[in-house]
Amino acid sequence: MTTAAARPSVLTSRDLGPAPERQVARDILRNGLFALPVALLIGFIGWGTSGLGSVGFAAGLILANFWLAAVLLGWAARISLGLLMGVSLFGFLIRIGLISVAVLAVRDQAWVEPVPLGVTLVVAHLGLLFWETRFVSASLAFPGLKPTTSEES
Amino acid sequence: MLLAEITNKGLAALTYGLGAIGPGIGIGYLVGQAVQAMARQPEAAGMVRTTMFLGIAFVEALALIGFVVFFLAGA
Repeated sequence: MTTAAARPSVLTSRDLGPAPERQVARDILRNGLFALPVALLIGFIGWGTSGLGSVGFAAGLILANFWLAAVLLGWAARISLGLLMGVSLFGFLIRIGLISVAVLAVRDQAWVEPVPLGVTLVVAHLGLLFWETRFVSASLAFPGLKPTTSEES
Repeated sequence: MLLAEITNKGLAALTYGLGAIGPGIGIGYLVGQAVQAMARQPEAAGMVRTTMFLGIAFVEALALIGFVVFFLAGA
């Protein structure tokens, strides 16, 4: 019988399984790269070359943010769940800080239009998330609904 | 009067700072519950981590919206 002292603590236990965050982030990146030309076109039509630059910059920030979050969480979960909690909160602060610094650093540049930059930040983040959530909810919570290829069916 | 000296830009920055508190609390609660779930059911850790990652990103969207409002109001 294991005693309470011999049992591993919740905070020091770790998850050595595959990192699903990276898979999710890879899907988001792939979807984002598919949608990027359309967003760039909208930015170019609406605001010209400065709209093109602003939309591209914002989309790059969002994709980099997702990738960084996945890498940090995957790394922390392999070490301990306590570190996972710390990395989740401080990673959030650091990533929001990085986005703020990046946007504030370029806001006075000639190629930056505030409206397409801001709108792209929010719409790209939420749009890619909803897109990915649709797939994840259909494949993890309800595995029977996972899309199958024609060979499997 | 002090309040009268606050510019629109300062007000926007203050609001953004206040608005970032909510997502911070949300992420703390979300991750705490996820870690508890992983500790109780290690075999479900993959699913918990996936939903936790997406949950964090959704909560983060609130802070991002706050930042964008601050950026557009201060621009």
